[in-house]
Amino acid sequence: MADLQRHAAEIHDQFSDQLDITVEEVQDRLETLVDEYKVPADEARRSVVSTYLDEAGMDRDQLGGGSGGNASVLVGEIDEDEQWVDLRVQVADLWEPRSDAVSQVGLLGDESGTIKFVAFETSDLPELEEGASYALGNVVTDEYEGNYSVKLNRTTSITALDEDVEVGDDATEVEGALVDIQDGSGLVKRCPEGDCTRVLQNGRCNEHGEVDGEYDLRIKGVLDDGESVTEVIFDEEATTELTGIGLDEAIDMAKDALDTEVVVEEMREGILGRYYRVRGPTFGRYVLADETERLDDPVDAEATLIKARSI
Amino acid sequence: MSSIPTREVARRAFAREFNDAGYTFKESDDERAPLYALLPTGERANRVFVVGTLMETEDVGDESEYWRGRIVDPTGTFFTYAGQYQPEAAAALRELETPGFVAIVGKPRTYETDEGDVRVSLRPESITVVDQATRDRWVVETAERTVERIEAFDPETSEYAAMAEEQYDLPVETYRDQAIAALESLDDGEMPDAGAEPAD
Repeated sequence: MADLQRHAAEIHDQFSDQLDITVEEVQDRLETLVDEYKVPADEARRSVVSTYLDEAGMDRDQLGGGSGGNASVLVGEIDEDEQWVDLRVQVADLWEPRSDAVSQVGLLGDESGTIKFVAFETSDLPELEEGASYALGNVVTDEYEGNYSVKLNRTTSITALDEDVEVGDDATEVEGALVDIQDGSGLVKRCPEGDCTRVLQNGRCNEHGEVDGEYDLRIKGVLDDGESVTEVIFDEEATTELTGIGLDEAIDMAKDALDTEVVVEEMREGILGRYYRVRGPTFGRYVLADETERLDDPVDAEATLIKARSI
Repeated sequence: MSSIPTREVARRAFAREFNDAGYTFKESDDERAPLYALLPTGERANRVFVVGTLMETEDVGDESEYWRGRIVDPTGTFFTYAGQYQPEAAAALRELETPGFVAIVGKPRTYETDEGDVRVSLRPESITVVDQATRDRWVVETAERTVERIEAFDPETSEYAAMAEEQYDLPVETYRDQAIAALESLDDGEMPDAGAEPAD
């Protein structure tokens, strides 16, 4: 219940200028949803906020984060939808807005990497300059298919900074044993239509039907360190580096066997169950392998031994 | 987002702890819900990753092929079984030379012997030949994960530690001592006695 109390206090703060409500009333509404209707707390909060937005005749982007102050976060830490946060960032890139409603769109960066941002015409904010650094107060996070962005809104405060915020490389590094190679790996055919490039299944593209595909190599693999799993995609170059099998060789293997599956079977034998370190940008739930290193140096057991003996 | 089934992590456990993990459970009534073996150090394992020395393979099937493999690590022996439903793993067991280092990704399975003892075995998803560097890395990693589980073992705060305390009478210190022995075996390059026990 302490959690609901906190939610109630925050919601109360958000509306205290517009509505005559008490923390207890807010908490009552939350409790009804959570206790009687078994709604998760986050969902209950969303619903109660919507109700009050209607009552106050406000839009969601007019809503402040409350007087409690937001968390200052790094862009790489953003992993939840609809959070009110403060950022210190450099404008890493500005793009051409595709919609008239959007005043600015681009990338904001800090040491943890970059994140997409959107500012809307209706928010009437000063323009951000590419390459300049700002403290942004009260921006709200957004999620689409696992990718996060931030939205500026009319309550967002924009303060130009004298110092430059450094923009980090948002490549991630993962380590672990390669425990699986998924379907659609090895020698594949891609749809040649326009810039489609979908991988064909039994000679068919999901979008363009039966087409004459173009050969490519790729591996969709799973790295597992015993605590978490990461899906990794190796493109043609990375696949060849990983397996030692080039595209021409793979095509010859498939032609000799009259079966493309022999390629992935051969690759599997060479790499499955080994340890790797992979570095590259993340794309949705995948890491795209830019650099791959096989971990086969002798390991040092000493640190683990000390830890084991100390418990 | 929790509605999207996510891939189960492959836990790391030495053979002795794995063979002690005879209690299995599901977390929902759905018949397709994942089956977990409870590790005595207080973690659930739907999948494990094992690297060790394949000592022996044998077709123990009656009418159709059913291959058994014995894989030894510094603490004991893993038994793995593969038949017609694991054709690639069965083919690997049929063809592999022994002894040799192998990596196995697989699922814990339990069965009861005629005497009423619960045995834990490994149903393989894949078996591949690896080298000693991979095997040594696995020993250190498995010791590290085991020690982390023991450090975090608190029946007050961890559901699976509480479950382990209820289901087993197995002090976690045993597994720490085994982890230490496993790490020490890397230093002198010797395998301690594998303590093999028959599977049936």
